[in-house]
Amino acid sequence: MTETKTPIIQIRNVSKRFGKVTAVDNITLDILAGEFFVLLGPSGCGKTTLLRMIAGFEMPTEGQIIIDGQDMSMVPPNKRPVNMVFQSYAVFPHMNVTDNVGYGLRIAGVAKGEIRDRVTEALELVKLGGFEDRMPDQMSGGQRQRVALARSLVMRPKVLLLDEPLSALDAKLRAQMQFELSDLQDKVGITFVTVTHDQDEALSMASRVAVINKGEVAQLAPPSDLYEYPANRFVADFVGSVNIFEGRLTLDEPDKAAVDCPGLGKVYLNHGVTGPHGADVWVALRPEKIYLHVPGEGKAVTAASQDAPDGHNFARGTIKGMSYLGDITLFEIQLEGGQIIRVSRPNLSRHDQEDFTWDDKVSMHWRADSPVVLLS
Amino acid sequence: MFNRTAIAPLEYTRKLWMRSWVGLTMLFLYAPLLVLMIFSFNDSRRNIEWKGFTLKYYEKALNNDSLVEAMVNSLTIAFLATIVSLVIGALAAVMLWRFRFPFKGLVEGTMSLPIIVPEICLGVAFLIFFAKIDWPTDLPWPLNLSAITIAHITFCFPFVAMVVRARLASFNMEEEEAAKDLGATDWQAFRDVLLPHIKPGLIAGALLAFTLSLDDFVITFFTSGPDTITFPVKVYSMVRFSVTPEVNAASTILILLTVILTFIALKLQGVKGIAQSH
Repeated sequence: MTETKTPIIQIRNVSKRFGKVTAVDNITLDILAGEFFVLLGPSGCGKTTLLRMIAGFEMPTEGQIIIDGQDMSMVPPNKRPVNMVFQSYAVFPHMNVTDNVGYGLRIAGVAKGEIRDRVTEALELVKLGGFEDRMPDQMSGGQRQRVALARSLVMRPKVLLLDEPLSALDAKLRAQMQFELSDLQDKVGITFVTVTHDQDEALSMASRVAVINKGEVAQLAPPSDLYEYPANRFVADFVGSVNIFEGRLTLDEPDKAAVDCPGLGKVYLNHGVTGPHGADVWVALRPEKIYLHVPGEGKAVTAASQDAPDGHNFARGTIKGMSYLGDITLFEIQLEGGQIIRVSRPNLSRHDQEDFTWDDKVSMHWRADSPVVLLS
Repeated sequence: MFNRTAIAPLEYTRKLWMRSWVGLTMLFLYAPLLVLMIFSFNDSRRNIEWKGFTLKYYEKALNNDSLVEAMVNSLTIAFLATIVSLVIGALAAVMLWRFRFPFKGLVEGTMSLPIIVPEICLGVAFLIFFAKIDWPTDLPWPLNLSAITIAHITFCFPFVAMVVRARLASFNMEEEEAAKDLGATDWQAFRDVLLPHIKPGLIAGALLAFTLSLDDFVITFFTSGPDTITFPVKVYSMVRFSVTPEVNAASTILILLTVILTFIALKLQGVKGIAQSH
């Protein structure tokens, strides 16, 4: 990736209010040149409004958006060095593929020969060579999206904005387009800014993700950090699946920490968390980071004691629910305290799903580097 | 023998009662028109019994200067009223669709008023209005048609606005945003994206306006002067003495004219486009 560390888009204290509703609440962030930036959040969180403000279709109520060093406050959408791929693709239905892709260049007054060359090049890029004379209603959703992509890329924008680019595609095509978009971004070296509510999409494509909640940035981090080191309960819960337990911080030193969770037990971490001693905190534990054992053999206790003091990092419960998903089996286990914990188990061999069944008593352990302590 | 295969539920054309029902409907719709057209070739002063084929009443109609003048007046008025109605109607539709402003509901309601108000009331209103403001009546042709044209525009443009408005409802706003995003100005986006979308609506609206204007009698009757006779008014005055085959011949020409125009418009657009606009 051609990543240079200069910000191509600077968003400075931007707020947007529609009447009494605050859609975007004082967001400040930098998007770097050449990165694949994703705005991730639930519907209605303000992520699309932010994207539309970058494109120029909405004006910020407060704050400033700077693109490539230029303040965009007074610049209309048709004069901005960004192009957008719309959620509905917005391919012009009365123009064929060539005319759709060449539209921006015709408006800009580019010479006919050059338009032809650049349109051909753009169509090759999105693998639509040979579709030049097709009308949009003769194409599938995926092909129309490629037309929309080519139509934007042919303008050679500094930034390409994509509004929920994969939401209208079926699952298989979506997975394929995720790879293709990343690949394409790599090839053209243009900064991509994508809006999505789909965490898989964000994790698989992004170089950095801003998780937006209620108009504010909940966390800004690379995908793996977002998953492994969520900053708060919202991010932990929104990105992936997670078990969250309330607890009290009882030990916090640079190389170790412990949390006493009434619902789960004593949790030990092999790193510090720099939270106030005795504070109320939350422990987040991902389902795939919990190991299941047949109880009574002491396996869980033994395994837990390898990297944690006695009495930490294990729990017992009863299986209350199971769903077999092929590659993994998902268990819902009622802990002794009554709370439900979700555990996923990879089916490494064909008969693994037969190991446990409903109402089985089980014990669990997890490693000391698995839990995440959340302060908010 | 006759019914080799069973009649499927939707094969209406193979059911006798259904065929006769369709036939009756067609007869009800078109018998009067057919009689009118057939008797335009009747070699008799009176339109009661068939005496033989002739084209002389067409010749007579085309040589009747005042009838031809009325026809030219009608076509001129219809043409002008259609053009102006298209512009005003389309703009009104776009305004009502795009913007929010105070009393929008009221504006929308009052705009379709000319459609509901009885024609006779509109006619009288125009008569009084043009008299009150002393609208000049002695202008040279075609300016002397201005009063009738204005009256026609009043009841034609709401139809255009209605049809275009219906078409606009299916417009994807993101298409216009996409055009602007690619560098188009407001005007270019309108011309390249919105206008092609509403084109079927414009054509359907123009057809409506043209035919409404061409055959309007009531309102025209109240706004026309002695020098500004239109075709329907002329026919009315001719019929007052007697229904001659000459009137039939002129009417047949008018029917053919509108059918041909409609056919051309449908061909230009494709029937699908017109159907979509409704």
